Amino acid sequence: MTDAFPRMTGTPFTPDWFDTISVNTPAAERRASSLAGRRTVKKDWQAAWLARAITCIDLTTLAGDDTAGRVQRLCAKARNPVRADLLSALGLEGLTVGAVCVYPTMVPHAAKALEGSGIPVASVATGFPAGLTPLPLRLAEIRYAVEQGAAEIDIVITRELALTGQWQALYDEIRQMREACGDAHMKAILATGDLKTLTNVYKASMVAMQAGADFIKTSTGKEEVNATLPVSLTMVRALRDFRDLTGQWVGFKPAGGLKTAKDAMNWLILMKEELGTRWCMPDLFRIGASSMLGDIERQLEHHVTGRYSAANRHALA
Amino acid sequence: MPTIKDIMETMEYGPAPEAHAEVSAWIAARPVIGHFIAGRFVEPTGKTTEVVNPATEAVLTKVALGSEAEVDSAVRAARAAFPKWSALPGHERAKYLYAIARHVQKRERFLSVLETIDNGKTIRESRDIDIPLVARHFYHHAGWAELLDSEFPNHAPVGVCGQIIPWNFPLLMLAWKVAPALAAGNTVVLKPADLTPLTAHAFAGICVEIGLPPGVVNIVQGDGATGAAIAGHPDVDKVAFTGSTEVGRVIRRQIAGSGKKLSLELGGKSPFIVFEDADLDAAVEGVVDAIWFNQGEVCCAGSRILVQEGVSERFFDKLRARMATMRVGDPLDKTMDVGAIVSATQLGRINGLLAQGQAEGATLHRAPGALPAKGAFCAPGFFTGTAPAHTVSQTEIFGPVATTLTFRTPDEAITLANDTRYGLAASVWSENINRAIETAAKVKAGLVWINATNIFDASAPFGGFRESGYGREGGRAGMAEYLTTKWEKVGKARPAPVLVPDVTPAAKAQGSDIDVTAKLYIGGKQARADGGQSYTVRGKGGTVLGQAALANRKDVRNAVEAAGKATGWGGLTAHNRAQVLYFLAENLVQRRAEFVAALAATGTPKPEEEVDLTIRRAFWYAAQADKFDGAVTATKSNHVTMTVNEPFGTMGIVAPDEAPLLGLMSLILPAIAMGNRVVAVASQSQPLVAARLYQVLETSDIPDGVINLLTGERDVLAKTLAEHDDVAALWYCGSAEGSTMVEKASAGNLKPVWSDLGRLRKWHDSEQGQGMEYLRRAVQVKTIWLPYGA
Repeated sequence: MTDAFPRMTGTPFTPDWFDTISVNTPAAERRASSLAGRRTVKKDWQAAWLARAITCIDLTTLAGDDTAGRVQRLCAKARNPVRADLLSALGLEGLTVGAVCVYPTMVPHAAKALEGSGIPVASVATGFPAGLTPLPLRLAEIRYAVEQGAAEIDIVITRELALTGQWQALYDEIRQMREACGDAHMKAILATGDLKTLTNVYKASMVAMQAGADFIKTSTGKEEVNATLPVSLTMVRALRDFRDLTGQWVGFKPAGGLKTAKDAMNWLILMKEELGTRWCMPDLFRIGASSMLGDIERQLEHHVTGRYSAANRHALA
Repeated sequence: MPTIKDIMETMEYGPAPEAHAEVSAWIAARPVIGHFIAGRFVEPTGKTTEVVNPATEAVLTKVALGSEAEVDSAVRAARAAFPKWSALPGHERAKYLYAIARHVQKRERFLSVLETIDNGKTIRESRDIDIPLVARHFYHHAGWAELLDSEFPNHAPVGVCGQIIPWNFPLLMLAWKVAPALAAGNTVVLKPADLTPLTAHAFAGICVEIGLPPGVVNIVQGDGATGAAIAGHPDVDKVAFTGSTEVGRVIRRQIAGSGKKLSLELGGKSPFIVFEDADLDAAVEGVVDAIWFNQGEVCCAGSRILVQEGVSERFFDKLRARMATMRVGDPLDKTMDVGAIVSATQLGRINGLLAQGQAEGATLHRAPGALPAKGAFCAPGFFTGTAPAHTVSQTEIFGPVATTLTFRTPDEAITLANDTRYGLAASVWSENINRAIETAAKVKAGLVWINATNIFDASAPFGGFRESGYGREGGRAGMAEYLTTKWEKVGKARPAPVLVPDVTPAAKAQGSDIDVTAKLYIGGKQARADGGQSYTVRGKGGTVLGQAALANRKDVRNAVEAAGKATGWGGLTAHNRAQVLYFLAENLVQRRAEFVAALAATGTPKPEEEVDLTIRRAFWYAAQADKFDGAVTATKSNHVTMTVNEPFGTMGIVAPDEAPLLGLMSLILPAIAMGNRVVAVASQSQPLVAARLYQVLETSDIPDGVINLLTGERDVLAKTLAEHDDVAALWYCGSAEGSTMVEKASAGNLKPVWSDLGRLRKWHDSEQGQGMEYLRRAVQVKTIWLPYGA
């Protein structure tokens, strides 16, 4: 299922693809709320879907009190996201998360701790979370993180450019960020909680993809409202339109506010229904989360033992 | 069995069956589903038929086919329970309805599973849509019971209601019928569909459980013959039917002239209009909720998709992609979108229509993927290349397959949308609010959803225009169907017209020495009778007053055509219409003496009073023109749900023989105040007053064709009006036999008929001769749903 695909290149700035778009908010909300009622997974299927979710998690710490020690602990969890006896009972030895996501200055610690694991280090950059430092500094920050060993860069867009409709300027900025990323994959954080309307979200998604974002991502986790299903639905529909228009594949990353196994299921269902199974795989789908993994672990233990689990039976991140 | 590792790659959903052991045991304990009469489960005596789970083809149980005797005993039980039940204070009835709502919620899982097993609909829909709406309906109507006296003064319950419901939403349709009937103080005899008798039987159990007085709700199981016995039972006062237009027509004819109140909720072929500025992904999802909802077995389903040409290919591509993700299969599986068609026979009918559509040249697109080997399953789909003339564009498929058409302009969309005999629902998709509301206003449908579809709420009236039936279910308009004004059934029998039209020469007329030529008034012009005949009109003591034109069928045709052209009237502001009515009153005042004299000559008692009351009535309806309004109803959060009172279009009015001015105008005024155009048949015996009236109309700025006046033989003209397919509603004040005749004849296009069954009305009494009932009968309610969100 996970055939490789060519890295997306973006397109010239093409406002025709989003100028006249208008997303109907109540309809998007209706679809989003009906998804969880239309689909469910039980028993082995549930365990498999939860395990799939783990492989898509960008295990994240983005706090002012992050230290080398804290990052090392997180990386250890990334290597062993679920207790070994449970993984072996599930037949899933060697399961890891999708990536570890940290601030740029934490990248060296993470890179060291993950050495040989195959787990990429993702770094936020570009003046995360507000993105209001001068552009040369933001670009330099990307280059710094890549030099320190980040394979994935989560950039933030300049919300002002989206809120005031300066789409060409937004495109130009993101283009330069993509160039600064080099071989590192770029995830463009739209900060949808700041953009407010779904129409803005659609347009910003399109611009980010045209400018070469490998992933589009909902939130920094620091906005008032983080990832929601209607916003995610709008983004994956933009992504699907972009795919249909260009043949290029772009990934999606909801972040912030996803805390439970149930959330993981809902977003995987969204991906499968709107984009297909291929978009449930970690090269096209990531979940930015920190506490979700603990809930999934408890669910998996319940699946194996038939008993409800407790948090203290699972290793801390 | 795939391993967890395998599933991580395929990401399949796997089975997610809903447990059904308790429900299956309940069914197994009931080898025959019988009736519920007078609070007791009655062992059936007669014929039975099998009840089949359409998804598995398993025979679940049998259901009794109620006989006339069983229907009779149910009606007797309902009649016996009626006096006490209807006399209860509203609050007492509210307590029962509240208890039913609560108990439906307490049994929600049981009822959902039972409905799914019986009908084949998915558990998701029965659990998330049907059963919650059932509970909501009873809660809402508990409220109406509580408020009945203050909200509906001078009204009484109709009596015993015979209710016949379909198989597509079995328990929900029961709720739509039973809740308003009980709230208003009626008692009921309800017949579920023989394909889906189970949830009604379980509902009877709830009636027992909450201690509903025996006889208030009676359920007789059975087929069409049982239904006919209920509708035809002489002691049934009201018939409510939901089902096919064909059967609706049969019932209309069957009970014509019986005085039974009738509401019909029939078929549809509802347009689903996608404009180029729509959110196409939202509209695609709308199709899922429209025609792929409930296996397409939905009377209000958006089954004719109209797409603007510029976006049609993209829309169809998106629709095909979406269709590929539809899951069809075991309705008890929680991941299914489409369950089983209700029966193998129904599936055969659908497949026949699909084959016909293809034979007529349309292309059928179906969801890929195998269907279960067993069971009545039907893959969702849609046609492209359908034309309005194709059978599948006109006939209700009642399965999960839509037809499609493209259009070029908004005008063309509306023309295509309205090119149907039906008028139940419409769905409009546009991000331009001007365009969306314009379309909602112009589409001929009782329900319009803007950027949404198939949303329901107990407070939002549901029902159709045209051959989709009449009457509403839900909200205030729905309650009116189960109430009657206290005066309507009390009048004495109206004597036959004293004057039988005679076209042979008679004595010289009294009065002016210059001959007066009374004509018909059609399209704003005085017109000679097509047949070239006039009849002698006589006044007090048989003196000849003059000659009146004797209209025939062709004059009716011409008048209806003229009325049909006066389309501007309904589009005027209510203020403009009020002004015209005031002006009419003003001109009547100026000619008061003349009308008093004319009435006096006819022998009419109290001619002054009749003229003065006519003038007052013109003022009253002018006042009402901009006040008898719709409402914004509190349904769901972030939805504006508007109920709009729309005129029918062309109404036929057959005036009584008595009160030649007041009787005629008491009927014309409310009709035109609400924006209708009328073709009115004047008093047969005293037509010359009407002939004088058109001179007033001519000077009162009434646009041509808004009022057309015919004189002649009442029932000849009434019959032509009743049969005319371009007359949308008919009021008849004639004889009992004439009422039967017009009600029967109205079945052609299913126009609502308000006939007085040949009972005299006290036109001078403002309670009987004017009022809200007249206004209510002059409009049809359109419910417009507009969800919002920035």
